[in-house]
Amino acid sequence: MNPKLEYLLRLGDNCLVLSQQLAAWCGHGPALEEDLALTNVALDLLGQARLWLSYAGEVEGCGRDEDALAYRRDGFDFRNLLLVEQPNGHYGDTIARQFLFDAWHRHLLAGLSQSSDARIAEIAQKAAKEVRYHVERSAGLMIALGDGTEQSRARMQAALDKLWPYTNEWFESDAVDAHCAAEGLAPAAPSLAAPWRASVDAVLARAMLAMPSYTGHQRGGRQGVHSEHLGHLLTELQFLQRAYPGAQW
Amino acid sequence: MYAQLVETGAQTVRTLQEMDPQERAFQGKINAGIKIEAKDWMPEGYRKTLVRQISQHAHSEYVGMLPEANWITRAPTLKRKAILMAKVQDEAGHGLYLYSAVETLGVSRDQTYLDLLSGKAKYSSIFNYPTLTWADIGAIGWLVDGSAIVNQVPICRCSYGPYARAMVRVCKEESFHQRQGFEIMLTLCRGTPEQKQMAQDALNRWWWPSIAMHGPADEQSVNSAQSMAWKIKLHSNDELRQKFIDQTVPQAEFLGLSIPDPDLQWNEARGHYDYGAIDWEDFFNVVRGFGPCNQERLAARNKAWAEGAWFREALQAHAAKQEQRNEQKVA
Amino acid sequence: MSQSNAHHPALHEWPLWEVFIRSQHGLAHKHVGSLHAVDGASAIQHARDVYTRRNEGVSIWAVRAADVVASSPGDKEALFDASQSKVYRHPTFYPMPEGVKHI
Repeated sequence: MNPKLEYLLRLGDNCLVLSQQLAAWCGHGPALEEDLALTNVALDLLGQARLWLSYAGEVEGCGRDEDALAYRRDGFDFRNLLLVEQPNGHYGDTIARQFLFDAWHRHLLAGLSQSSDARIAEIAQKAAKEVRYHVERSAGLMIALGDGTEQSRARMQAALDKLWPYTNEWFESDAVDAHCAAEGLAPAAPSLAAPWRASVDAVLARAMLAMPSYTGHQRGGRQGVHSEHLGHLLTELQFLQRAYPGAQW
Repeated sequence: MYAQLVETGAQTVRTLQEMDPQERAFQGKINAGIKIEAKDWMPEGYRKTLVRQISQHAHSEYVGMLPEANWITRAPTLKRKAILMAKVQDEAGHGLYLYSAVETLGVSRDQTYLDLLSGKAKYSSIFNYPTLTWADIGAIGWLVDGSAIVNQVPICRCSYGPYARAMVRVCKEESFHQRQGFEIMLTLCRGTPEQKQMAQDALNRWWWPSIAMHGPADEQSVNSAQSMAWKIKLHSNDELRQKFIDQTVPQAEFLGLSIPDPDLQWNEARGHYDYGAIDWEDFFNVVRGFGPCNQERLAARNKAWAEGAWFREALQAHAAKQEQRNEQKVA
Repeated sequence: MSQSNAHHPALHEWPLWEVFIRSQHGLAHKHVGSLHAVDGASAIQHARDVYTRRNEGVSIWAVRAADVVASSPGDKEALFDASQSKVYRHPTFYPMPEGVKHI
């Protein structure tokens, strides 16, 4: 097992799966301007996914490119967090998921920008610029929706409560994470907990939303143990390449 | 194309002599190629016609996102996915530019949008057809955006400033769309036998709707004389349709695909392609709401609107709260 | 919100903003169009997404359409008519409550 490869797949798969989820909103958003904005975020994440996965393919050294990795791995070989594969739900569910992810993503990329691996640092620096905007956006929306109408507050609280069990997995260390931290490739997973928590606290306070209580922690995504949602997502994503093996598109 | 069934209400076009001084000055500007702007005096018929035409155009962009967005999650490579997302996003942007233009004429965007949702306002017939395969995405870019370009480039010279300027912005982005579609078709035609068949099948289904999309034949289109005099409509439907066909047939030949029209033939004497009879009954059927996807398109737009109401209201409520808080701070 | 507001679409509508972009250093801001947003910060964000696709080095101004003061078109030397100072001629940016007739 190649820890750097595993780590890169985790990064790429998070962006890929989340981008795919957001892309499903295209044309169905609550307002034209918002539709455009969310699709922009999806495009940014797709771009980041392609960079991470391309690098992963190179590191693996078996000739797999970004498409081979995206379209021809089964679910148990995907390394994304459980959070990003949770369903879109209503727009508030999507924004809550995005906010929780963005707050983590931003601190992660800040750490990766200092990576001992030049390519990782380069990709992270580019992504960090985009994610700064994502954070601004999703935090702003959390505040507006939390402190909007009574209906929106209730919806956002419910969304937060539902997603909370998926917000711990990314702080847990494992062999891959420990190796990458030791090599200076990436910040140690537990080191992101406090900054993430501080960011989230600040926003939830302004959003008039309560920190959810403990309802268990779910894990397994990074090791390839996913929820039932991922299979359906991959079926849709991978259909054409599976139906026409070997074809060029 | 976007002026499908947009009637000016004028039975005859008045001469300059017949007009009163205000209208004569207005028409004089148009004749001299001077743009009419939002604050200028304009006949009510001109304003109403523009409102209907521009809003139809805007609705077409917004509804037009749906058939292509249908394939974003299934795009066959990450690069194609990114390009398709960017294209659909462009269409959202075009919708926005056009809604902006129509708002300069004194309608609110939400009001014109509610007319779309209720079925009162129309949008281009072409978006009522389904996207059944990946090749449809290629065909749409190649044929539908191709038709749109033929239609939109002249509108860059129309008499109403905000509409003309919106069109310039749209046209800049549109040629990327057509090229992207053609390139998809090319890749399929150079691919496996199944892919080539997929491409031919898409052309078979999209050809006739794409040429009908330019609107009814000139002899069937009454009352376009006033739109022409007002320089809202600059070419006849048949002129634009012919231009599109003439430029597209060689492209199909390049792809190695056959156009599903046995009567299609180069006419040396005319210097244009002759083409077969269009099924206008089918076209009007679709315009009237009975096409393959009319219900679904309208349902999707209504669903997004209804389910997004809480979001729009919440954002407004929050903004109002913030304003109040700022006022209290200053006080 | 009052009952009549709930039924009048224009009153629920996000306000209209005019957008001006400076696309390159050294150039002046140019009017590019309009969009709807609930406040200035959102207007700028949306303008970035719609009108610049987030290119760097771009300056954006957003102004509420209702706040733009415009001159009247017209060739006469006469004083501008103050009552005509709104940017759009047509009277739809002043939504009227339901039940008000002839306006």
